[in-house]
Amino acid sequence: MVKVTIDDVEIEVEVGTSILNAARKIGGEVVPPAMCYYSKLESSGGKCRTCLVEVAAGSAADPRPMPKLVASCSTPVADGMVIRNKTSDRVRENRAGVVEFLLINHPLDCPICDQAGECHLQDLGYEHGKAKTRYEEDRRTFDPIDIGDKIKLHMNRCILCYRCVHAADQLTDQRGHGIINRGEHAEISTYIEKAIDNDFSGNVIDVCPVGALTDKTFRFKSRVWFLKPMEGERTCTQCSGKAVLWMFGNEIYRVTARKDQYGEVEDIDGKTAWICNDCRFEKKDVSKWTITGPRVVDRHSVISQGKYETKMNTKIKRIN
Amino acid sequence: MHIDITKRKGERVEFSDASLTRIKELRANLPEGKHKSAIIQVLHMAQSELGGWLSIETMDYVAEVLDITPIEVYEVATFYTMFHLDKTGKYVLEVCRTGPCMLVGSDKLIEHIENKLNIKVGETTADEMFTLKTVECLGACGYGPMLQCQYKNYEFLTPEKVDDLLQAMRNGNLETYQP
Amino acid sequence: MKGRKLLIENANISGIESFEIYQKYGGYRAVDKALKSMSPDDVVEEVKKSGLRGRGGAGFPTGLKWSFLAKPEGIPRYLVCNADESEPGTFKDRYLMEHIPHLLIEGMILSSYALGANLSFIYIRGEFMWILQILEKAIAEAYNKGYLGKNIKGSGYHLDLRVLPGGGAYICGEETALIESLEGKRGNPRIKPPFPAVKGLWGCPTVVNNVESIAAVVPIVNEGGDSYAAIGIGRSTGTKLISACGNVARPGVYEIELGVSVEEFIYGDEYCRGIANGKKLKACVPGGSSVPILPHYLVTKTASGEDRLMTYESLADGGFATGSMLGSGGFIVFDEDQCIVRNTWNFARFYAHESCGQCSPCREGTGWMEKVLYRLEHGNGNIRDIDLLAEINKKIEGNTICPLGDAAAWPVAAAIRHFREEFEWHVTSREEALLRNYGLSKEPVTV
Repeated sequence: MVKVTIDDVEIEVEVGTSILNAARKIGGEVVPPAMCYYSKLESSGGKCRTCLVEVAAGSAADPRPMPKLVASCSTPVADGMVIRNKTSDRVRENRAGVVEFLLINHPLDCPICDQAGECHLQDLGYEHGKAKTRYEEDRRTFDPIDIGDKIKLHMNRCILCYRCVHAADQLTDQRGHGIINRGEHAEISTYIEKAIDNDFSGNVIDVCPVGALTDKTFRFKSRVWFLKPMEGERTCTQCSGKAVLWMFGNEIYRVTARKDQYGEVEDIDGKTAWICNDCRFEKKDVSKWTITGPRVVDRHSVISQGKYETKMNTKIKRIN
Repeated sequence: MHIDITKRKGERVEFSDASLTRIKELRANLPEGKHKSAIIQVLHMAQSELGGWLSIETMDYVAEVLDITPIEVYEVATFYTMFHLDKTGKYVLEVCRTGPCMLVGSDKLIEHIENKLNIKVGETTADEMFTLKTVECLGACGYGPMLQCQYKNYEFLTPEKVDDLLQAMRNGNLETYQP
Repeated sequence: MKGRKLLIENANISGIESFEIYQKYGGYRAVDKALKSMSPDDVVEEVKKSGLRGRGGAGFPTGLKWSFLAKPEGIPRYLVCNADESEPGTFKDRYLMEHIPHLLIEGMILSSYALGANLSFIYIRGEFMWILQILEKAIAEAYNKGYLGKNIKGSGYHLDLRVLPGGGAYICGEETALIESLEGKRGNPRIKPPFPAVKGLWGCPTVVNNVESIAAVVPIVNEGGDSYAAIGIGRSTGTKLISACGNVARPGVYEIELGVSVEEFIYGDEYCRGIANGKKLKACVPGGSSVPILPHYLVTKTASGEDRLMTYESLADGGFATGSMLGSGGFIVFDEDQCIVRNTWNFARFYAHESCGQCSPCREGTGWMEKVLYRLEHGNGNIRDIDLLAEINKKIEGNTICPLGDAAAWPVAAAIRHFREEFEWHVTSREEALLRNYGLSKEPVTV
């Protein structure tokens, strides 16, 4: 075990833990935002640079500060390391710079984007970005395409986090899409516009932090904050069968995996509860599911606002 | 900016026996299971031997030859700028446009070739003889302005020299060109 | 200063590319010596003593880099030679490999022996395909003569050497991108840690060295590290290949003893012989396109008025405020008729084109700078764009996965620092700026 200090909070973590995961152990405001890192996907992270932090002291043995800001998701802690996140002006300033970079070519189409309300880039922009853009050039544009009959790819919105590539590599039999071209022309693509056909391919939607990969069976059906997220279960031979059902009245509008406060698919019974395409796309009939209760959504305020979390809390209080 | 995939389709082609032997050799030269390392070399071979550019069919064939998935080949081929993903003319003229070459007149050279061939950068002549491209630094900075064509450098170029070069290419007697 | 040449002295001897002639002129002596009378650690020790610093641009001590290599039992280690020479202004490795390929191969044998590698690679940029063939021929000769393969010269040491080409990507000069490319993938630099010395090629400990660094091991083993270290000044030891280009009278590759004055290098008869066509010097980028540009008044003299020398320290004198870097030795000279804005745009375009696109500051930032500079150069700029550029490059610098971000940011920052007036003139005198160049910049009045 090693001892580290993040924003003046001390914590003990295992050797080899990344700064980001140490911060997540503390929780709350000391946790740097992460757009590309995904703890459930191997070799993710390091790319978006939103989780940059300042290392004010490298370790107890060598307390010199690190000259550059480091990506907290891919930098391991050392005993006696002192890290500054929200308490560092340098971090705040450079993070705002990264957010600006992520947004210069991102379309302002939140009003028609299915991800709005649960978009990590929206949150990031709101919390760490600037109010105005200084970008006067033409934005990079791509045409939206279908990758299969269930998944829509809006490359305009992609921030190239590579999560979907890792997901396809690690969850499916054979990856059919990848990154093609390079630099600012790099894009997610199958190149030959072929359908991605695999029982677990739908998980790329769940790992996408923005509205680049969306569920075609839910497209334009409703804003997410009008829906009631409910926990549902069914017996499935391919996956855990534990999902979140996004409902309006008695109708299931969409099915997603259960995600934690960092937007990552939760572990259930010690295993990451990815869901299969059958549960995600085909089981929209409420009779196919056992609804076990409301899903508490605590991160995306726009969804939870005025819904279960607060109502539940009041109810619980009243009962007590 | 999506690619017009229909233009990137080609004929099904196959390596010569000599090339297949060479690829076997390349694979044998690498540690067990690391044959993917031969991909760039094999793409160079494919481009040279199988039509001067990499059609989807050619890339799929390379994937087959190397026992890897097609997307792995697409990812690599689209990353490296030496690989042409669209049909090209017989001669692809790649003129260096980076700083040191610009200081000694690459801009004018590019303009000269555009006028001479009556095409813009990125285009192919109607007779499918020439494709004009600009590229970034080719490591010939002291010998500029220069262009590369079919893995060969043509250095210290002047408009006159380029005219001679194009003529030699057109006449099919490139070996007569005196730099 | 006497110009001793340790690397390319024999480069112009006819037939030197063949094994016989190379050996006749003293080639492979160092391998004979090392395999007979030196342990691998002895070789490392000599390289440490020599003070040799990485010749690819970063200038990190080679011996120290070697000593970082992890040596776990039962896992192969690899030496990879970085022959992906693509930093604009740099064409020295190409010269060495083209003319005297056996020098590199001899260096590879020595260095592999020192590191305990039994399979080594030369990764050469794809645009140098004819040099790849030269190297393959030389390697075949070395196998034939028993200098490669099993039990080299009866020493019990065996080494296989392979050459693999790139496909056109500047970024593959970055060592982890190079390793990715060697593995047959896109040249995306890896997130560090782990460093290649621990986890490199195929997850094994790996050292990546520049062509010139590896070649320099030959004279170091032949003459001893101390003798190598006696050349040069301070921590800049030995000789260095400098490739001079741009508007000099005699562009080309020169081997200099570190410590030659910049004045002598530009104007001396042995070297560049002054500015081409009798023009005046406007600026100089002394170490490849990524290092800061120096205005004419800071090229031959430092800000404190001392002679500027061709050493790591002297070229960096004054830090980024008034200095630059020796870098890769790509020496680019600008005459009075060159436009700094156009050149800055050109370099920015280069880096935008070569960004791998993995991390957001570089992917988005390099493209943004290119677009703003394009507008400035083409008469559509605003004064606020100049500050915007400075802001963008501050947000890129230091925040990227690999040094390409810094390499893209530094030239823009330095150009604005030293040539701000010329940038402003492109806005205030748009029409004029399209027709003529600004000319020499005025020397600031120092207080």
